[in-house]
Amino acid sequence: MDKQDLLADYRTMLLIRSFEEHCQQQYTRARIGGFLHLYVGQEAVAVGAIGALKPQDHLVTHYRDHGHALARGLDPQPLMAELFGRQTGTSKGKGGSMHFADDAKHFWGGYAIVGAHLLLAVGIAYGIQYKREVLGQDDDGVVMCFFGDGATNGGEFYEAISLAALYKLPIVFLCENNEFAMGTPLSVHTAVTEIHKKASPFMPGERINGNDVVEVREKASAAIEHARSGQGPYFIEAMTYRLRGHSAADPQMYRTREDIAARRSNDPIELLKQKLLDEGLLDNKKAKKIESEVEKEVEAAVKFAEESPAPELSEAWDDIYAQPL
Amino acid sequence: MPVITFMEALRQALRDAMHADERVFIIGEDVVHYDSAYGVTKGFVKEFGDKRIRDMPIAEAGYAGLGIGAAMNGLRPVVEMMTTNFALLALDMIVNHAAKIHYMFGGQFTVPIVFRLPNGYGQLSATHSQAFDNYYAYIPGLKVVAPGTPYDAKGMMRAAIEDPDPVIFIEHTGIYSVKGEVPEESYTVPIGKSNLLRDGKDVTIVCYGRMTPMVQQAAEKLAEEGIDAAIVDLRTLRPLDMEPVIESFRKTNRAVIATEEWTSVGVGAEIAARLYTEGFDYIDAPIWRVGFDEVPMPYAKNLETAVVPHPESVIDAVKQVLAGKTQRIRQQ
Repeated sequence: MDKQDLLADYRTMLLIRSFEEHCQQQYTRARIGGFLHLYVGQEAVAVGAIGALKPQDHLVTHYRDHGHALARGLDPQPLMAELFGRQTGTSKGKGGSMHFADDAKHFWGGYAIVGAHLLLAVGIAYGIQYKREVLGQDDDGVVMCFFGDGATNGGEFYEAISLAALYKLPIVFLCENNEFAMGTPLSVHTAVTEIHKKASPFMPGERINGNDVVEVREKASAAIEHARSGQGPYFIEAMTYRLRGHSAADPQMYRTREDIAARRSNDPIELLKQKLLDEGLLDNKKAKKIESEVEKEVEAAVKFAEESPAPELSEAWDDIYAQPL
Repeated sequence: MPVITFMEALRQALRDAMHADERVFIIGEDVVHYDSAYGVTKGFVKEFGDKRIRDMPIAEAGYAGLGIGAAMNGLRPVVEMMTTNFALLALDMIVNHAAKIHYMFGGQFTVPIVFRLPNGYGQLSATHSQAFDNYYAYIPGLKVVAPGTPYDAKGMMRAAIEDPDPVIFIEHTGIYSVKGEVPEESYTVPIGKSNLLRDGKDVTIVCYGRMTPMVQQAAEKLAEEGIDAAIVDLRTLRPLDMEPVIESFRKTNRAVIATEEWTSVGVGAEIAARLYTEGFDYIDAPIWRVGFDEVPMPYAKNLETAVVPHPESVIDAVKQVLAGKTQRIRQQ
């Protein structure tokens, strides 16, 4: 595996956190509409796992997709513009928070029907295999597919892991187990709370600490290598915790303030910061500098979004078909 | 010109497309080891190998999604759903994904996929004898075709495979054996164009798919009685091309819509609405619709025969329209 740049990862995690805090503010000001699902508390999963992908690899994710987009290196400006519903957004203002994407970065998007996108990810991986075996192309890409614990009870989940195993596809399934399916606790929504065991008849897998970016990177790299080398799919269950509500409008009746406070000591950003301080890779002055840079980057994204024009009304009629008739 | 069956026409188009482009592959239930449920792709595995045509597990959402993902990643899958009834299990994939992905990501991805949906009936009872053409025709982002002649079947299948958007290809098993003139060479028939199959001055009969050959039979019998019926074959249900329908209606001022579906809220209901909104100035008589009786499909032969449309149902509807009678759609 390529050497992990922990300072760079720290910066990306801070960028995600800051981006999400600004989103919350802008949502409160009604400049962002619809649903807003924040990634606060789960940053180490996206940064660690996506950091292990190569440019030729593919990324498919769920509706809580801001962290994955930023971790894959998407520019915060068109992302914020998308949230503002502006023409300069990643999806020209037609997707919103749940549908970030960037074809140039093989980021196939955030999807909002829980569990369904696993099948698209399987299809993208099938495409890689077909290109190798039938078209003779030299494609060694791997697909990484993120989803939550709540996505592992429906039929599409089982169809996806079954097909991926049947065809030995180059895909890594990455379950972000944040212990809640929206507001329904893990033990209430499934009999098999160790989610990776659901996939165990089909493929190897394991449960990892999703709040430790070093562990995530290491385990994700091994999983990707497994898939790239033709051994078929791999399943990672990353244990994490969402520190904000399911969406920005969630009163969080299903847990107490004390529950959340107790989990703050396990905040992945604080854990990494302490590690960097302990190892002498970071001091308080440098930390402040990074924080300030990140803050400026997100403020610039908000400014970009504010100053961008709304889509022309004719845009509503564009992109219905690739080839209109 | 050779005279071949509707099924053979489909088969020729699929073979031509498979030969022309290695990105085209077929997936579906029982397409390899069983060698095709209805025989449309019989022998393909010998000709193309088991990578180009592959048996899928009975997991309709699963292989529909697999096809969509592969299409997004640059391939040209043809997904055979075995029957339109089973395709219901893949509706999330088709409606929430195939139809939406190009639009909701601002045009970044395309989904060049064909879903083949055979449907029909034949003493198969309630869950195997349905028509859901309207489900797909309702969805912006899908292209929905339902050819009614062997010539169109071949040309539209090739067009569907070459099209960069998701195409729902509705094939009625009841017309697989219908014969017609079909050129040997490869050609396309454009999606999104209705076709005036027969000109006439007394009444315009609008149809597609299975009803097209039935309506042709009905028109011949009507001609023997001195009634001159025009036939417009829609061929594509979305995007709908009303121009040939309105053009004919302008001359006949009377219309019968013959579709093999439950009449209420069906494709035919849309055609009737368009005739009222776009053709209001030309209406001289109530518009009649022919379709299934609004009951779940019964098994017993006599019951099934009684609740599905026949050429005689079309003839009767035409006579009612010419007599200026109003139609009452019966529901329970």
